[in-house]
Amino acid sequence: MSQNKVDQYRRQFLSQATAVAGVSLASGVFLNAVQAKPADQAASDKNRWGMLIDANKCGTGCNKCVSACHKENGVPTSGKPATDSQWIRKVKLTDKQTGHVQTIPMMCQHCANPPCVDVCPTNASMKRADGVVLVDKHACIGCRYCMMACPYNARSFIHEKATEQKYPRGQGTVESCTLCVHRIDDPNGPNNPACVDACNTEGHKAMWFGDLKDPESEISKRLKKYGGEQIRSDLGLNTGVRYQNLT
Amino acid sequence: MLLKNKIFALVVALVLPVVVQADSLLPEPPKAKKKYSEETLCVEPVEEMQKNHMSYILDQRDETSRKGIRTKQYSLKECIDCHNAPAEDGKVARAEESEHFCSTCHVYAAVQIDCFSCHSDKPQNTQYRHTLSAIDISNHLNIATHSMTIESAEMLELLASNHKEGQQ
Repeated sequence: MSQNKVDQYRRQFLSQATAVAGVSLASGVFLNAVQAKPADQAASDKNRWGMLIDANKCGTGCNKCVSACHKENGVPTSGKPATDSQWIRKVKLTDKQTGHVQTIPMMCQHCANPPCVDVCPTNASMKRADGVVLVDKHACIGCRYCMMACPYNARSFIHEKATEQKYPRGQGTVESCTLCVHRIDDPNGPNNPACVDACNTEGHKAMWFGDLKDPESEISKRLKKYGGEQIRSDLGLNTGVRYQNLT
Repeated sequence: MLLKNKIFALVVALVLPVVVQADSLLPEPPKAKKKYSEETLCVEPVEEMQKNHMSYILDQRDETSRKGIRTKQYSLKECIDCHNAPAEDGKVARAEESEHFCSTCHVYAAVQIDCFSCHSDKPQNTQYRHTLSAIDISNHLNIATHSMTIESAEMLELLASNHKEGQQ
């Protein structure tokens, strides 16, 4: 155990050293390098993980974030779209006046005041200290109140028996975007969620992930400079996922 | 008719213990692939794990799912990786099969577990603990490093370098 810890810290130190070197060597490439959390430490409220999405950069015919998310998290497609889980989906916005079309990815908005957590009778729906909203499936009884409470229609019920899980998911429980929490907790991370990586690989670069509480993070700087909208900001939920250039 | 039943019961009572003794019905869980430490073998002494593994897993599940603490010592994923690693022919036992590490005892004790309705009952990485032949370690290294965890990749590199040293 102690040797494992030593190894973890050493690895973490090395990755941090590399990240720092990266910033000084090629600034702009590693701008959102953030401090990793050692595996034995709990998520802390010193961070708040969030995402920023530029609607103008999002490709209208592109679905890469969706497929990357479902591949990463082992969310299967059974060919029944009415009941298949949907962690993230593309939403098309059409301005009827001008005919202008935009698409945006829509997923759990990781609210600071999440209605899904308010309504959960078993405390299964929960918000981690670092702002990630999750379902603790050990406590979930599958009542689906959270699905009704969510204004973003972000959660799905698992109807079918799960057999090829990559991360825990089981029949009769509710699931949704975890902000790729396993990547956030990676001792070599925090790494971008799969959707953000897929968007960058595709060349759209419409999504940023980072720490909203760190004023030096790329996402905070962008939000400060250009602003970012919350969808249904009238509900006062203080979402962790923000959008830019929505028309 | 009654007499027949009685005779049958008598025969069963006499024969059954012999059968049990001759071919033990006690579970024989498959051996783990790796020792956690030389003293305790498993993450805690084996007797302790046999009795109280459920408590360790239960404590860890809340730490991980609610707080994000991802230490590996009591992680269910690590249990599965080590105890239910693929056999030599690459076949991995599934939870509903009696060959599965957990099922060997749980079927015997008639204690139903629901871990695997959500958790994976097989190692995520089928390359995990890949049998290493001395001849083509470098080949395995190429296959394995794509999807391997850092630890196991490091282990492979170490083995490969040891192998090279041995050849020289």
